[in-house]
Amino acid sequence: MHSLKHAFAYPLAMLLFVASASAADSNTIIIKKFMFNPMDVTVAAGTDVTWENQDGEPHTVVSLTNDFRSQALDEKDKFTHRFDKPGTYKYLCSIHPKMVGTITVVAK
Amino acid sequence: MTDNPSRRRALQCMAFGGAGTLFTLSGGVLTPVALAQGAADKAPGVPLFLQISDTHIGFNKDANPDVPGTLKETIALVNAMKTRPALTIHTGDITHLSKAAEFDTANQLLMGLKAGELHTVPGEHDVTDGMGTEYFGRFGKASDNRGYYSFDHQGVHFIGLVNVMNFKPNGLGGFGADQLAWLKADLAARSSSTPIVVFAHMPMWTIQESWGWGTGDAEEALSYLRRFGSVTVLNGHIHQIVQKVEGNITFHTARSTAYPQPQAGQGDGPGPLKVPADQLPHMLGITSIRLQRHHLSLSDTTLA
Repeated sequence: MHSLKHAFAYPLAMLLFVASASAADSNTIIIKKFMFNPMDVTVAAGTDVTWENQDGEPHTVVSLTNDFRSQALDEKDKFTHRFDKPGTYKYLCSIHPKMVGTITVVAK
Repeated sequence: MTDNPSRRRALQCMAFGGAGTLFTLSGGVLTPVALAQGAADKAPGVPLFLQISDTHIGFNKDANPDVPGTLKETIALVNAMKTRPALTIHTGDITHLSKAAEFDTANQLLMGLKAGELHTVPGEHDVTDGMGTEYFGRFGKASDNRGYYSFDHQGVHFIGLVNVMNFKPNGLGGFGADQLAWLKADLAARSSSTPIVVFAHMPMWTIQESWGWGTGDAEEALSYLRRFGSVTVLNGHIHQIVQKVEGNITFHTARSTAYPQPQAGQGDGPGPLKVPADQLPHMLGITSIRLQRHHLSLSDTTLA
């Protein structure tokens, strides 16, 4: 089931970002083993980024500059935020501040 | 257990004891005494207070599918004590996901605890909703919504601190400058002979840096506390007992009533530890604190 989903998701993502060489071809960040994976993601302005927690322990996604904040995400919970403005957005898990990540948003 | 356990014996008990910790003030030093079930009743001194921690109401995974159930068992254990503590301190992670319904359930259950007034500090799981709307709406009154506050009880000065809302990236827990200034002022006028109990969610010494088991600016707080003859620092967060003594300061972390966590650095991270069902009650519990002359002693009791 998973591989089927991915088979569709990846080509779609590549189509979306093909215009921007520096933009990542995936906008889903998996939270697993107390890490954001990938930790650094680059997307084009206007992109939705989704975090999915796959740990049995809850995590949060909290911007260091108060731009976005998730609720506590239990296992399998997701959080999506649309990044409209180019810039660098650093965030952490407010439950485990050792967990950090960065979203870089580039102009379309 | 003897009536007058040596420090070594006390430490052994701490390491293998059970559900909670009973703190007894005895000769100016708060000494933890591990309790076999019911031993709190025989220990000398006045039951001073009870520490309960990491109830994590809302958790429902394999490590303990019935977290309200084990909290009820904990409450029954306390209520069955012959002499009950005059107050209870909850050192945070009352809830798992900071949800209103979780706080409601926790409140309802904790109201059944016949162990005096309930004092709390938040854990990071209680304040995932930013400024901690749900937590502060229920427990903010004691502190004017700052979360940190102090009070006196039976000659002991109690200080509740918040180290779960000042996180820095890659960092440990933190108090922040405002709270440290408040703490300094709170302690300034007190005599060094006043027994002090400090309670906060995250350990106030670094137990495992890579897991965030520590408080980055704890040293500053401890520098205000060192002149006191008896300081007891009570924390939760790590769901197991770890203790150390440094000069006049005794540090002690309590067990959870919900689920154990791995020992520092063992495994992927500080998540729930699944143990066989028959072992779980041996890893959950409370801490009781007794007052004997000017001496505090702690004892931990497990659910089984």
